[in-house]
Amino acid sequence: MNFVLKKLGTLLLTLLILSFVAYAAFEMVGDPVNLILGTNASPEDVAALRESLGLNKPLLVRYLRWLTGFISGDLGSSYIYRIPVSSMIGEKLGVTIFLTLMGFGLTLLFSIPLGVYGARREGSWADRLLTVVNQIVMAVPAFFVAILLMVLFGVALRLFTPGSFVPFEESPGAFLLYMIFPALSIAVPRTAMTAKMLRSSILGEMQQDYVRTAYSRGHNRQTALKAHAFKNALLPVISFMASTMAEMLAGCIVIEQIFSIPGIGRLLMVSISNRDIPVVEAIVMILAVWVMVVHFLGEVAGEMLDPRRRA
Amino acid sequence: MIRKLFAKHDNWFFKAGFVITVFMVLLVLIGQIWTPYDPAAMDAAAKAQGPSWAHLMGTDYFGRDIFSRVLEGAGATLMIAFFVVLLGAGLGTLVGALTGYFGGVVDEVLMRICDALTAFPSVLLALIILAVLGPGRLNVIGVLALVFIPSFARIVRTEYARIKKLNYVSLAKLQGIGTPRILLKHILPNILPVLLPAVSIGFNNAVLAEASMSFLGVGVSASEVSLGRMLSDSQNYILRGLPWYAIFVGLTIVLLILGFSLLGEGLRRED
Repeated sequence: MNFVLKKLGTLLLTLLILSFVAYAAFEMVGDPVNLILGTNASPEDVAALRESLGLNKPLLVRYLRWLTGFISGDLGSSYIYRIPVSSMIGEKLGVTIFLTLMGFGLTLLFSIPLGVYGARREGSWADRLLTVVNQIVMAVPAFFVAILLMVLFGVALRLFTPGSFVPFEESPGAFLLYMIFPALSIAVPRTAMTAKMLRSSILGEMQQDYVRTAYSRGHNRQTALKAHAFKNALLPVISFMASTMAEMLAGCIVIEQIFSIPGIGRLLMVSISNRDIPVVEAIVMILAVWVMVVHFLGEVAGEMLDPRRRA
Repeated sequence: MIRKLFAKHDNWFFKAGFVITVFMVLLVLIGQIWTPYDPAAMDAAAKAQGPSWAHLMGTDYFGRDIFSRVLEGAGATLMIAFFVVLLGAGLGTLVGALTGYFGGVVDEVLMRICDALTAFPSVLLALIILAVLGPGRLNVIGVLALVFIPSFARIVRTEYARIKKLNYVSLAKLQGIGTPRILLKHILPNILPVLLPAVSIGFNNAVLAEASMSFLGVGVSASEVSLGRMLSDSQNYILRGLPWYAIFVGLTIVLLILGFSLLGEGLRRED
């Protein structure tokens, strides 16, 4: 477990540095006092508010207070709405995580069979067609997939009404039906990339000596691929999947906007334009933790599968 | 130079990418000099039309010709991508070359920072910085170039660190050739097979990033045209049963990205 601990240490250190840089940067953006009270407030009011928000303390003290709060789940309170940030983020985070995981699940579901099929039938017309289609689909950005799905299923076939998001508590069925389309939008380009990568990774492994040895022991192409090459071919794909997770989170921000989904991405955009710094800081840190943890899990999974990499 | 590249990369990825990219760039260049209509001219008689011979991509609610506007918007998007790649790849190469060649503590620290930065999706990072700075063409170029530097620096650093150990570099040093000359004339040409695909993919990512950010309203400012901006406008047309605007703008983005991604793929393959 030594390598896990080492990686965990790096992870925490990176997050710590990142959190300080992010905090300092956002604090420099602007004084919230003018924003809250307007420009013609009396100096006494300004002083009182500064005191109550703790803005008179030095940056480092404020940062440490904010950090301990963040770790214990207290994300501060919004400058604009004067309510705890955690209550603003709570449900919205759930929606975004659901969307990301659904997109991720769909990507896995489609890309692994497609990649394996392409590798098994290398050079066949089906494989060539897949390669061409993959290359084209890879170039279609998620937001354009979203628009096409909206035109096709929303406007032409009327399977769903764009813009009419239904919360899970209201109707799980309607929620799922609505979320399929945004999830597909982020999954489609990534499916093409993952399938292409898996295919070339398997074909690379099939050239290795151990596969030739497997042939000599009586394996044919199909069984050698299944029993030997596939597992090794997954290794580079796993770290790619980790970055897929991270990219999907970024993609969610745009997709939430298109489908009017009340997720964390929309809250981030609104809070940035409102200059509601505590909300922005909290969301950025949550996104950073998410991205770093996913990469960490990807690396650990890779090293679990491949003892050679445990350095 | 182009003939050499074709001889070296004789695959359909490279050829198709070359054709699409040249076509799109020519179209955009022509659009700078001549468009079928004035992109800003409104025509009340031809509002919200579908595609026709008079208006290849139809018109918007103001009766403006979408094809002319797409040409103008694609020009803005390509120009932004060009400067982003020029700055990002240029500075990235400089940082990568120096750290890779000299190594040491600075190299270690810079590469740790690069690792942390590349783990974070660059579009997300750019989006946050831009949202704070405010929209505008120059801001987009600056921020995107900044977040693109690490990926180029990393690639170039690995190559310089590898090549500096080769015999021909030691020989050049023994001959008394100066370090700047070794870095530029002796090593740089040999990393082009790795750098060129990265530049091509950089264009791809820059177009995508500009479109995403202008789409979200943090990219180019409201008075400027760009493909992302137009795509965001065109959303209002979809629900009213006018999907053409969005589809044509989207297809233009796809063609730009497809050209660059095929070029990148073709350059990476050596057959």
